[in-house]
Order: sequence, then structure tokens, then C-alpha cells
Amino acid sequence: MGSNLSLAYLMLSAILFVIGGVGVLIRRNPLVMIMCVELMLNAVNLSFVTFGKMLDDISGQIIVFFVMVVAAAEVVVGLALIVAMARRRPGATADDLRTLRG
Amino acid sequence: MVGLVWLLPALPLAGFLLLVFFGKRIGEPRAGWIGTGAVALSFVTACLVFVGLWGEPEHTYELSLFQWIPAGHFNVDIGILLDPLSMAMVLFITGIASLIHLYSIGYMHGDSRFPRFFTYLNLFVFSMLVLVLGNNLVLTFLGWEGVGACSYFLIAFWFEKEENASAGKKAFITNRVGDWGFMIAIFMTFFAFGTVTYTQFLPMAPGLAQTTATFIALMLFVGAIGKSAQIPLFIWLPDAMAGPTPVSALIHAATMVTAGVYLLVRVNPIIAASASWIPWMIAIVGCATAFLAATIALAQQDIKKVLAYSTVSQLGYMFLAIGVGGYSAAIFHMITHAFFKALLFLGAGSVIHGMHDEQDMRRMGALRKIMPVTAVTFIIGWLAIAGVPPFSGFWSKDDILAYALHKSPILYVFGLITALLTAFYMSRLVFRVFYGDARWGESAEGELANLNAHTATDAVESGDHADAHDDDHAHVGHGAVHPHESKWPMLVPLIVLAFFAAVAGVLNLPFTEHLEFLNRWLEPVVGENQAHLHLGGLQLTVELLISTTIALLGIFAAYMVYLKKKVDPRRIELPFFANGWYIDQGITAFMGGIGRKGFELIAMFDKVVIDGAVNGVGRATRGGASRLRAIENGYVRWYALMIGVGAVLIVAFVMTQVSF
Repeated sequence: MGSNLSLAYLMLSAILFVIGGVGVLIRRNPLVMIMCVELMLNAVNLSFVTFGKMLDDISGQIIVFFVMVVAAAEVVVGLALIVAMARRRPGATADDLRTLRG
Repeated sequence: MVGLVWLLPALPLAGFLLLVFFGKRIGEPRAGWIGTGAVALSFVTACLVFVGLWGEPEHTYELSLFQWIPAGHFNVDIGILLDPLSMAMVLFITGIASLIHLYSIGYMHGDSRFPRFFTYLNLFVFSMLVLVLGNNLVLTFLGWEGVGACSYFLIAFWFEKEENASAGKKAFITNRVGDWGFMIAIFMTFFAFGTVTYTQFLPMAPGLAQTTATFIALMLFVGAIGKSAQIPLFIWLPDAMAGPTPVSALIHAATMVTAGVYLLVRVNPIIAASASWIPWMIAIVGCATAFLAATIALAQQDIKKVLAYSTVSQLGYMFLAIGVGGYSAAIFHMITHAFFKALLFLGAGSVIHGMHDEQDMRRMGALRKIMPVTAVTFIIGWLAIAGVPPFSGFWSKDDILAYALHKSPILYVFGLITALLTAFYMSRLVFRVFYGDARWGESAEGELANLNAHTATDAVESGDHADAHDDDHAHVGHGAVHPHESKWPMLVPLIVLAFFAAVAGVLNLPFTEHLEFLNRWLEPVVGENQAHLHLGGLQLTVELLISTTIALLGIFAAYMVYLKKKVDPRRIELPFFANGWYIDQGITAFMGGIGRKGFELIAMFDKVVIDGAVNGVGRATRGGASRLRAIENGYVRWYALMIGVGAVLIVAFVMTQVSF
């Protein structure tokens, strides 16, 4: 793999991460926010794989599996919370849940 | 057998624990028998230990049970020091306490808090034994505070009445003043010697700098006058009579109030090492207290108040004895006083009980026919305290006076005047209660009408606990009093105490050295610092004759005034004396006037400076926090952004620190 190609992958990864981050910050819909978080995680996965390839080190790809498992677990909890929230207060956004503010 | 010594305090403690947890379930009268049994067993142990102590070198035995406070150089053990002094104390404390426990079973019969009374009494005996047996100042202080707390509980035992509760508080607060002195003395002792154990620091006392010794002795004296009711801290003891009479007998006459005397005798090497004005001060305070309290006792109408002031006066004698170097005389008088004053109080309790809670002597009279046992035993106590030979009080009081004369004739003369007053006011009490006309029942209606308004309030006050333990004669009104003799649990202690009040003088007869048992027994403790008397036969005879004459003179004067009615009693019972030299009122006026201003000033300081600092810290925290909380706005995106910013900052920081 040439270094230009690696750079392209890293660029893509950075772009995806920023899109995900901005999505989390500006969107109100909790489902979309979770998707954006997933996007950020996968952007990081992509950079791990790329670095692993660049440095010829298998551990970059191993870490990706860990991230995927953790992400799956996180989605389970997150979706459960969203379902519970949708049942109690249909149509509520993340900004409506600010009972714990200082 | 001397190894059993730990049982002495352990038995009353066991009794206390049993009663405090199961007292209500055990109930009357078994709770009383358990309490009495615990203390009586303790007395039996004391006798066994006494026999064992003869075999020890110098009659001294020290036992360390376990470490209590190990803190650097400061080391305090729970340890017992059994020497001739503490042995003498333990024997009469447990003996008299057993008798008074037995008496209380009769006296407190029918009281709604009967088991609790014995709980407190057992706790008291335990604390008192810790006080005298502790082998260091801190343990003595523990017992000292324990007896103070028990005294408070028991004075205010019938706390339903406001008056009793405040009498308890007065006793406790007045004692705090003395306790402060005692605490300072403990700190100073540790500072000077590096230890508070008696057997370690007392032998070092002669080498102490005089100023330090003077300061320690002064502070210990402050502690002693609080507990032993000397000028100016004696005001609590007369009020302490609000408690049940057995309490007055045990705590406020025989044992607790002598703790101050015990303490000063215990630390006699420190007094010896201090400046020469310390013994003078002790002697003068004791002498003045003895005299002042005796004059007040002349004019009291409440039978227990007379005995209370008499106790203050006799404690003054003991302080006088310490001041003039007669340590063994002080202990001798403490023991004889414990016998006859406990007897007098219990006798008074028997009279009060028989008269259905009447305490005013103006409503008594001619009771010797109705209460023969009480009367006979009371008369023995009277002769003992008045100093009539050969009863015990004569010998001990004369012992003190002999030491006083050795130091200064002025102290001797004041001692004699006090002895005269003592004989007079005690005779007045006996004549008014047991002789003369009956001033109770229908026959006395006319005379009762003559009593002034003050009496009426007195009568209401003293009729306070009629409902508490007189279930069998609740109908009693003042016109229909039927006095009766008490039952056997109350009479047996009277008889035993009367026996000892009569013969306790043989402990220390002054005729030859062989007869001075107590002097020789106490030799290892006080021998070095005891003033040495060499009484010739002639001087001794003259002194004994003077004392006898004084005692008989006092009795004769009272006979002329109160039985023959040659002199109007009102010329002797001056209002000045009846009001206790206006000392209580003086303190109230001072504390209400100048004192109050001072305290308000201190309160202001507290409010402005101390509270200001504390509240200022609180206000600053609050103010800062209310501004900070604005960032906790509850928006998830805000937190996400903060996490992002934080991550960027950390990475930036790492970048600047790490070089690739």
C-alpha cells in the first residue's frame, strides 16, 4: 500500500470523525445522535486499521474488534434508553432531558 | 487474696450493667436486693483484700490491668493502687454503701423508678471505687467525673419538680468549676513529671521546682474545693438535699464529698513541696468554711438543710486538718464523720418517712416515743458529732484541733468556736425533733396557725414526693399526721451505724502510740509530710477537757434555749444566717448584673468574630458555587463539546511536553 493511499484513508477517517462529532453536537434527535457516535467510532476504527497496515502491526486490527464489541454493547444500552424515553414522552429530544442540570 | 482487688469495682459495675439492661423487668424489690448484694459482696472482698494487704511490703500493692491510653510519651493504664490510704477509703465506702443500699430498699419502697435508683447507686459506688483505687490522676479523674454525674442524676432523681432538676444542674455546674482546676493540674503534672501515675511522680515531688509544685497544688485545691464544698464553691451542697435522703447520706455526706480530702491527702508530697502559703490557704479556707457553715446551720428550719450545712462545716474541719499537716487526722475525721453523718442522714430520712415527707422541724417534736429506735440511734449520732466523749467524733475532732493548735492558736480558737456552734445546732435539731411538745397532728393546729407565710411555702415544697412513695397513706393532710416507726430494712443500718459512730474512736486514740492504729497504718502514705505532734500528758488532758467543756456548753445552751425557752430563739436564728450570709443572692446579683454584661460582651465576640469567620467561609463557597453551576446546563451536546475541548487541550498539552 502506497503512502498516498494511506493518507487518503486517514483523511477519510478524519472527515467521517468530524461529521460524526458535528452531528452529535447539532442534532437533537437521540437516535440520530447515537448514529453519529457510531460514525465517530467507525472513523476511528478505520484509522486503526490504516495505521496497523502502515506499521505492519496486527494489533491495530485487534483493537478494532474490541471497539466493535464495545460499540455493540453501547448501542444496546443506548437504544434501550431511547425506547424507554419514547414511551414516556413521545417526541422528546435530547434537550428536553435536562432534569439534572445544576 | 490481695489479687482479688479488681473485684472491688467490678462487682458494683456488674450490678449496674445488670440493672441498667434488665432493671425494669427485675422490678421491685429484687432490683434493690441485687444492687445491695453487689455492693455487699464488694465489701466482703474489701475485707479479704484487707487481710491480704497485711502480707505486702509497706502494705502497698499495685496492679495494672491493661493499657488504656497509649499516646507517645503519654501512657495511662487502667491500674489499681492499693495502699493504706485507698484501703481505708474502700473499707468505709463499701461498708457504708452496703448499709445505705439496704436502707434504700425500705426508703424507696413504692417509688415508680425504684430499679433505676439502684442502677444509679451501683454506678456511683463503682465510680467512687475507681476514684480511690485508680493508680493515676487520669483514672481518679474518671471516677471523679463519674461520681459527679451520678450525683447529678440522683439529686434530680425526682425531676418532675422543677426545683429538684435545677438543684441537680447547680451541683453539676458548680462542680465543673472545680473540675477545671483538676484538669489543669493533671496537664501540669504530666508537663512537669512526664507521667501521671502516683507511684512514679509522687516520689519525685520533693525535687520539683517550688513554683511548679505551688501551681499544681493550687489547681488540685481548686478541684478539691469544688467536690468537697468549701468556700466559695459550697453553695451546691445544701441544694443537693433535693435528692432522696439515702443519696444525701451516701453521696453528699459520707463518700463523694470527701473525694477532695482524699485527693489532697493522696498528693501530700506535692503540697509539701509547694510554697508555704498553700497549706496556710488550705487551713484558712477550711477553718472559714467550718465556721461559716456552722453559723448558717444554726438558723435552718429544714432538718436536711441543717445536716447539709453541718456536712460542709465538718468538711471544713478536714481541710483544716490537711492545711495544718494532720493528714491522718483528716482521714480519721473523714471515717468517723462518714459513720455519724450517714447515721444522722438516715435517721433524718426515717423521721421524714415516718412524718409522711415532712422536713420542717417546726412541725415535729416529741418523736422519741413514737420512733424509739430512730431516736436512740440519732441521739448517738448527735453525741458523736457534738464531740461528747467517748463517742467517735470527739476523738477525731480533738485530733484535728491538736494539729491546729500546733500550727497556730488562732486556727485552734476558731476550731473551738465551730465546735461550740456544732454542739449547739445539733442539739437544737435533736431537741426540736425528738423532745419538746408535739407540733404535729390536731393538738398543734393552733401553733400551726401562728407560723408565718414562709413556712407555708416550705411545707408545700417539702410535701413534694408524697405521691411518689406513700401509697399506703395518700390521704395525709397536715392536720392529720400520724408518725410511725420505720420498718426493719431502714432500722438495721441505723443500728449498725450507731454502733460504729459510738466506737470508731478506738481507731486512733491519742493516749499512747500503740493506740494510734490509723496513724501507724497511714504511715507509708503520709508519714513523711505529717506534722509531728509530741503531746505531753498534761497538754493532752487539758485539750481533751477543753473540748469536752465546749461540747457540753453547746448542748447546755441549746437546752436552755429550746427546751427551757429562757431565750427567744429568734435572737439566735438571725435572717442573715438563715439566708446563708446572702451568698447565693450575692452570686445571683453579681451574675445578673456585671457578670451578665461580661457574658454578653463575650457573646458579641462569638457572634461577630467566630460566627463571622465560619459564616464567611460558607457564604464564599455558596457564592462561588452559584456562579459555577451555570456551566451545568443539562444539554448533552454541551457536555459532549466540553469533552471534545478537554480532549483537545490534553492532546495539545502532551504535544508540547513530548518531543518525538
